[in-house]
Amino acid sequence: MTSPDRVPANPEAPNPQLPSVQKLRIRYAKRGRLRFTSHRDFGRAFERAVRRAGVPIAHSSGFSPHPKISYAGASPTGAASEAEYLEIGVVRHVDPDELARALDTALPPGLDILEVVAVREGSGSLADRLEASAWTLVLPTVSPETAASAVDAFLAAPEVLVDRMTKKGLRTFDSRAAVVRLESRRSPDTQGTCAILDVVVRHGTPSVRPDDVLAGLRAIAGLVPSEVPVATRTAQGPLDAQSGTVGDPLAPDRDAS
Amino acid sequence: MTRGRHTVTRGRQTVTREGFGGRDIPRYPGGMPVNHLDDSVASVFDRLEPILPTISKPIQYVGGELNSVNKDWSAVDVRWALMYPDAYEVGLPNQGVQILYEVLNERDWLLAERTYAVFPDMEAAMREHGIPQFTVDSHRPVRAFDLLGVSFSTELGYTNLLTALDLAGIPLRAADRTDADPIVLAGGHAAFNPEPIADFVDAAVLGDGEEIVLKISEVVREWKAEGCPGGREELLMRLASSGSVYVPMFYDVDYLPDGRIQRVAPNRPGVPWRVTKHTLMDLDQWPYPKNPLVPLAETVHERYSVEIFRGCTRGCRFCQAGMITRPVRERSLQTIGEMVDNGLKKSGFEEVGLLSLSSADHTEIGEVAKQLGDRYEGSNTSLSLPSTRVDAFNITLANEFSRNGRRSGLTFAPEGGSERLRKVINKMVTEEDLIRTVSAAYSHGWRQVKLYFMCGLPTETDEDVMQIGELAKKVIETGREVSGRKDIRCTVSIGGFVPKPHTPFQWAAQLDHETTDERLRKLRSSVQSDKRFGRAIGFRYHDGKPGTIEGLLSRGDRRVGRIIEAVWRDGGRFDGWSEHFSYERWERCADEALADEPVDLDWYTTREREYAEVLPWDHLDSGLDRDWLWEDWQDAIDPDGAREVEDCRWTPCFDCGVCPQMDLDIQIGPTGKTLLPLSVL
Repeated sequence: MTSPDRVPANPEAPNPQLPSVQKLRIRYAKRGRLRFTSHRDFGRAFERAVRRAGVPIAHSSGFSPHPKISYAGASPTGAASEAEYLEIGVVRHVDPDELARALDTALPPGLDILEVVAVREGSGSLADRLEASAWTLVLPTVSPETAASAVDAFLAAPEVLVDRMTKKGLRTFDSRAAVVRLESRRSPDTQGTCAILDVVVRHGTPSVRPDDVLAGLRAIAGLVPSEVPVATRTAQGPLDAQSGTVGDPLAPDRDAS
Repeated sequence: MTRGRHTVTRGRQTVTREGFGGRDIPRYPGGMPVNHLDDSVASVFDRLEPILPTISKPIQYVGGELNSVNKDWSAVDVRWALMYPDAYEVGLPNQGVQILYEVLNERDWLLAERTYAVFPDMEAAMREHGIPQFTVDSHRPVRAFDLLGVSFSTELGYTNLLTALDLAGIPLRAADRTDADPIVLAGGHAAFNPEPIADFVDAAVLGDGEEIVLKISEVVREWKAEGCPGGREELLMRLASSGSVYVPMFYDVDYLPDGRIQRVAPNRPGVPWRVTKHTLMDLDQWPYPKNPLVPLAETVHERYSVEIFRGCTRGCRFCQAGMITRPVRERSLQTIGEMVDNGLKKSGFEEVGLLSLSSADHTEIGEVAKQLGDRYEGSNTSLSLPSTRVDAFNITLANEFSRNGRRSGLTFAPEGGSERLRKVINKMVTEEDLIRTVSAAYSHGWRQVKLYFMCGLPTETDEDVMQIGELAKKVIETGREVSGRKDIRCTVSIGGFVPKPHTPFQWAAQLDHETTDERLRKLRSSVQSDKRFGRAIGFRYHDGKPGTIEGLLSRGDRRVGRIIEAVWRDGGRFDGWSEHFSYERWERCADEALADEPVDLDWYTTREREYAEVLPWDHLDSGLDRDWLWEDWQDAIDPDGAREVEDCRWTPCFDCGVCPQMDLDIQIGPTGKTLLPLSVL
């Protein structure tokens, strides 16, 4: 039974862990076929990459220790992105550029690390800086003229109600107010048969996603692409409301280092 | 390199298709049949990508897993598509597929890609858009490969095989295939009786796959190099004549007027009467998987698994795995250590599973546990030991494995509720053993224990099943006593017993699902009516109906293939999933398919067989001596009480027949060695 030399372990005993001594913010991309990774899929892949790369990641204490990784504003499954962000804590100081290289090697191609910066103390939370996103939507088989008139109709409307199935059921909300900027242009690499939309949306609740803007264009102007458009997030960060542009959320940290 | 067979068959293929069993290509609500007029080997990803946003869990279809391999199609001689006939989330972690994938891809003249069963929404979209069954590695059409190897852990994947064949544009029936179609090959435990799918597969392989896939590849390479003489029939003949590959179409089955099999015999010269299983010796020479696949999608097992041994000689009479994987072959402590180190580094997993049929039986398990525990202490890496026996020693092991503070539940499998029944099944565990074990567990801080049982075992009565409840109550009482706490829980999981080929119970009558459900209902109400225990004991069981169908498919003969096809045509998919399984459909299709036969569903399931009856798998040699199995069956059901059989690892041989028949021996330690030091990067 109980061996005398073993002190009975207490399963509820907290698991003491080394403290986090440095925080780092990471910008990464979701490209190609890996745009179909969900937020949870990415989280698992990233945690495994952290272990393979030997990153001295900090862990929470307690019964079931978790690596200290916080994700901010993840893009929807199926959307590509050049501007995803997360933050990690480590128990030993690391060089941000080396960390970027090690993590990028450990991640599958298509999940790519773009930049790592050390957090400047007192620079505020990353999540708070992610006020808006810039998206590019490629609409195959939609002519630039059709897209342009739909965009005009959308922008002229005070409110464009759309439906979306959420976990809490079907929700109806306004897709117009969050749109800071919306422009259509002619795709440069096809014979002008394909429209591209550039859209800047302000983050909020409910968050307005690129597919909601498309639903809005369908609702107001009957725009229906024959194929599901590919959306790519090109930027995420502080919103300059005047110019309708999205800034760099890592700038305050980078300026310090 | 061009593949000879592509040039042959365009015309013939169309003819074959029109003659497809005298029926039209099946149509499905919401979609058109897949049209495969071209023999393309090109990736279908461009056609797939636009539909993925509308598909559930699209990540399962895109591939790109860490450690997956994309080889140059034209640089190899022989190409395999490997299929696990269940959803990606179940199939990806499968050890068998991962091992063969790696063994094949390591050879420069071979290529292997993987394919899985697609969910119904994807199937409909593929039919609508004319996208064939594809591999997830390079998204090539499955039909472009030389071989399609399908690993059946369970018989409930048979309908998924038919979906994959149909989506691939491969005729369902082996007899209708042309040289443009791959050789469809079944493996895995269910392939020890492939008769129910004999019409749908070209060949089946019994036992360990590592060496035989290479031998088969060599035969295919040679045949292709010669210009594919004699077409697929000669290729199959070359495979069959070796005695290591079973080609069902080269055997005829005759039946007696009452429906029993009269005989199974080769229908041409050069085909052996019996086909034997393959046994891999010296597992240290085959330390796979070396490059474990790490999926992006969530799967059922998120860990790196190492088989610490193959085979089991405990002799549990219901256990097909324990019978067909003999003899016991251990991996050494040092190889286990190297595999764990390498596997964690390559995968980034945080959990390691030490797999086998009875993991605590490894001769050096104590040292394995202690030394790995030392190595990974404080690293947030957890170790798990599935499939352990009811043995207090295992609590010591469990403590080693939970040093990091992570404690998964403890699971034990007494299997039978009463002492008498445990003797019948040769599960040599006394009530005292169980109580001693759980007492150790609860006193070491565990709060929850899970117990596995079976219902419907031979000679079982209501009383035997009610004993499960009594046992669970004693477990709770003991736990409360030794821990001094009230929050002690015990979960009782009960599965219906399904008699399996190549076991002493292969002759047994399966209990009908009505009686199974009734016994479990009585058990549940007796436990729940007891206020002292009702909330401390949890029950998990499924109704007995899927077990009846599993029984039909496990012990069925070639006539059962008609039922499988009828069920599939009626929409049957993913029969291992309760939300997809329809007993009503199976029952109805069985009635229709067997209307002109003297046999029915009950005949296949609830009927006890006699010694003299030819069983559908008697010509397939698992190494076990048929007379030994029969004597063991008689020992089990002796009216004067069952006789037990010890384990040949520590008692003399019991003449099960495997070692002399196959010229093998058990391979066990202890080696007395220690883990090799980790290499420093």
